Amino acid sequence: MSPALAGLGTTDLVALLVSAILFSIGVLGVLLRRNAIIVFMCVELMLNAVNLTLVTFSRLHGVEGQVLVFFVMAVAAAEAAVGLAIIIAMFRHYQVVDLDRYRVLKW
Amino acid sequence: MVSAVLDLAAGQGAAGVQEQVAVGFRPVLPGLILALPLLGAVLNGVGAFLWRERKGLATLIGPGTLLAAFAIVLLNVLGMRSVAPHAPAIVHMWTWIQSGDLRVGADLQFDRLSLLMCMIVTGVGSLIHVYSVGYMREDPGYSRYFSYLNLFVFFMLILVLGASLPMMFVGWEGVGLCSYLLIGFWYDNRAFSNAGKKAFIVNRIGDAGFLVAMFLVFTTFGTLDFAPIVERAPDTLVYGGALVTGITLLLFLGCTGKSAQIPLFVWLPDAMAGPTPVSALIHAATMVTAGVYLVARAGVLFALSPVSQAVVASVGAGTALFAATIAIQQYDIKKVLAYSTISQLGYMFVAVGVGAFTAGVFHLMTHAFFKALLFLGAGAVIHSVHHAWDHASHDDGRPRHGDPNDLRNHGGLKAFMPKTWVFMWIATLAIAGVFPFAGFFSKDEILWSAGAYGYPILWGVGLATAILTAVYMTRLMVLTFHGHNRTFGQGGGAEAARYMHEAPPVMWVPLGILAVLSLAGGWVNIPEALPLPHIGWLEGWLEPVFEPAMSVAAAHGIEAAHAAPTGGGEALWALLSTVAALVAVLLTYRALAGRRVPTEAEAVAPIGFARVLHDKWYVDELYDRLIVRPSMALWRGCWRVVDAGIIDGTVNGAGHVARLFGWVGGQLQSGRVTTYLFVFMLGAVLVLGVLA
Repeated sequence: MSPALAGLGTTDLVALLVSAILFSIGVLGVLLRRNAIIVFMCVELMLNAVNLTLVTFSRLHGVEGQVLVFFVMAVAAAEAAVGLAIIIAMFRHYQVVDLDRYRVLKW
Repeated sequence: MVSAVLDLAAGQGAAGVQEQVAVGFRPVLPGLILALPLLGAVLNGVGAFLWRERKGLATLIGPGTLLAAFAIVLLNVLGMRSVAPHAPAIVHMWTWIQSGDLRVGADLQFDRLSLLMCMIVTGVGSLIHVYSVGYMREDPGYSRYFSYLNLFVFFMLILVLGASLPMMFVGWEGVGLCSYLLIGFWYDNRAFSNAGKKAFIVNRIGDAGFLVAMFLVFTTFGTLDFAPIVERAPDTLVYGGALVTGITLLLFLGCTGKSAQIPLFVWLPDAMAGPTPVSALIHAATMVTAGVYLVARAGVLFALSPVSQAVVASVGAGTALFAATIAIQQYDIKKVLAYSTISQLGYMFVAVGVGAFTAGVFHLMTHAFFKALLFLGAGAVIHSVHHAWDHASHDDGRPRHGDPNDLRNHGGLKAFMPKTWVFMWIATLAIAGVFPFAGFFSKDEILWSAGAYGYPILWGVGLATAILTAVYMTRLMVLTFHGHNRTFGQGGGAEAARYMHEAPPVMWVPLGILAVLSLAGGWVNIPEALPLPHIGWLEGWLEPVFEPAMSVAAAHGIEAAHAAPTGGGEALWALLSTVAALVAVLLTYRALAGRRVPTEAEAVAPIGFARVLHDKWYVDELYDRLIVRPSMALWRGCWRVVDAGIIDGTVNGAGHVARLFGWVGGQLQSGRVTTYLFVFMLGAVLVLGVLA
C-alpha cells in the first residue's frame, strides 16, 4: 500500500475505489459518446466522483474537504444551467445534439 | 526664422550676437549682403507656388535684391579703401558648432580678397539677373528660376565670405546644389536632368578630398578658421613636409571637382544643359572659380608645399591645353564656350600654382567679365534663332526643327544682331589676349609669372593655349556672325531677314556693360614693365592678403625672376604674345571667312584627328568603361546577390518558417470537440503523471 493511502480504513478504500470507477466511466463517456447531453452528464459524473474523493479524505484530514465539496456543487449547478442552455441553443441551430456534427470550433 | 533673418540683416544687436572688428574697418551691414539674396530666393520660391503668373513681382524681387546687395558691397569696398591695410575683419554672427575642442562660428571674413570676389559675384550676377528677365520671359518656371539664381548667389557669398573652412564648405556645397538644380532646370528632359546628376556626382569626388583636408587641418591646427591657420601655418608646418603636401593636394582635389580641371572636368560641358544665363553666371563667371579662390585663400599652405604647387600648375596647364584642343572641333556654341571656360580656369590654376596669386585672381576677374559676355551673347544668338524658327513655323505652318545651339545653323548674324556682334568681338579679342582688352593684361601676367617663377614648359603650354584660344574663338565668331546665314537652310536669306532680330534692350544693355568691362577691366593692373602708365591698383589692393604666402615663398628663396626663361623683358614677351594672338585671329578669319559651311542637316562626321577632337578625346567613353560600367556591374551584383538574395532571402525565409509552424499547428485544430477533449485528457493525465 502506497504511503499516500496509509491510515485509511476499509470503508475509505471502497469509497475511493467507487470514486475511481465513477471517474473513469465519466472520462470514457466524455471521450466516446457523441450525444452532447450524455457527455454533459458524464462531466457531472466526474465532478461527483471527485466530490466523493474529497469527502473520503476529509474523514482523515479535517473538514476542509467537505467545504470544497459544497463549492463544487455550487459551481456544478451553475455549470449545468449554462451548459444545458448552450446545448439547447446548439440543438435549435443544428437540429441535432451530435458532437461530431459540431465542426465549427476552428479558426 | 524671421528673427534669425533680422539678426542676419542687422549683423548685430539681438541676443548672443556680437562683433569683433579689427580697428580701422567696420563692415557696413554685413548680414544684409547675405540676407538680401536669401530673402529673394525665399520670396520667389514661395512665388513659384502662389503667384506663378505674376512675373512682374518675380522680376522686381530677383534682380532687385541682388542689385541692393551689390550696392552694399560697393559701400564696403569704399569703406575699406579709406582705411589702411589691416587684419581681416571677422563678423561673428553666432556659434554654429561647439563640440570638445572644435568650435566653428557662423563667421564672415571681410578682407580685400573676399570683397573683390563679392563685387564680382554680385556685380556680374546682377547683370546676368537683369539679362535673364529678357531671356526667361516666356518660361513657365520664371519665379522658380529666379529663386534658384538668388539662392545660388547667397551660397556663393557664403563661400567667399566664410571665415572658416566649414563655412566655406557650406557655400561650396550650396552652390553645387544650385548648380544641380539649374542644370536640370528643364527637368522634364531626361538628358538635362542626367546632366545635373552628373555634375553633382562628379563634384562629390572632389568634395571628399576637401573634407579629408579639413580633418587634417583640424588635427594639425586645432582650429578651422582661416585667420589663425594663416598666422600659425609657417611655424606649425614643415616646409615641403608630407602633411602640408597632403592637405594641399586634397584641397586641390576639391578644386578639380568644382573648377572642372583634369581629371574631374567632364561635368562642365554637360552642365550647358541649363538655361544660358545660368551657364554664364555659374558655369563660367563665378562658381567654377571657387577652386581658384580656395587655392588663393589657402595660399600660405600651398606656398609651404612646392610639390603641390607644381601639381596645381601642371594640372592647370595640362587642362588649359587639353580643353582648348577640344574646343576647336565643337559645333555647339555653348560647348565651345564650356571648354573655353575649362581652359581659362586652367590658366588661373597655373597662376596660383606658380605662386602668382594676384595674377590668378586678376584673370578670374577679367574672365568673369568676358566669359559672362560671351555666354550671354551666345544666349542672345540662341534666343534669336529659336524665336525665328518659332515665328516662321507659326506663320506658314511648316515646322522648322534643329538645334539653335549649333554653329552650323547660324552664320551671317551680324546683319541681324549688330550690337551682339560688336560685343561678342570685344569679348573674343579679350579672351584671345589682344592688346588692350582685359584678357591681354591678365593672361600676359600669368604667362610672364609662369616663366619668371621658373616654369618654362608651363609658359610654353600657356602660349600655345593662347594661340589655340584665339583660333577657336575666331572660328566661333566667323561661323556665327559672318558668311551666309544658314538658319533657314543655305538659301534662306530672305526668310532670315524677315524673322531674325536683335535681342531686346533688357538683354543687350547688360551685354554692353560687360563689353565695357571686358575692354577696360584689365586696366586696373598694368605692369610697370610695359611702356604704359603703370597702374598697380589690383596688386596693391590684394598685397596685404597674399603677404603671408609671399613671405613664406621669399623665406625659401622663391621669387620671380626679372627675365623670361629665354631672355628678354616682360614687355617683349607681352608684345610677342599679343602679336601671336592677333595673327592667330587674322589667319583663322582669313581661312574660314567666305568658306561654304554645311548646315547641321548636311554635315558629315569629321574624320581622322578632327574626329578625336570632336569626340572630346573619348574621355567620357574612357570614364564610362573604367568607372561607370564596372561600378554599375558591382552595384547590380550587390542588388541581385546581397540585397535580393541574402537580405530579402532572410526576411522572406523567416516568413516561410512561421507559415510552416502555423500549418502544423493548424492541423491540430480539427474543429471536432471530441478530439479536443481527448487531447485535453491526455494532457491532464500527463501533468498528473509528472506531478505524482
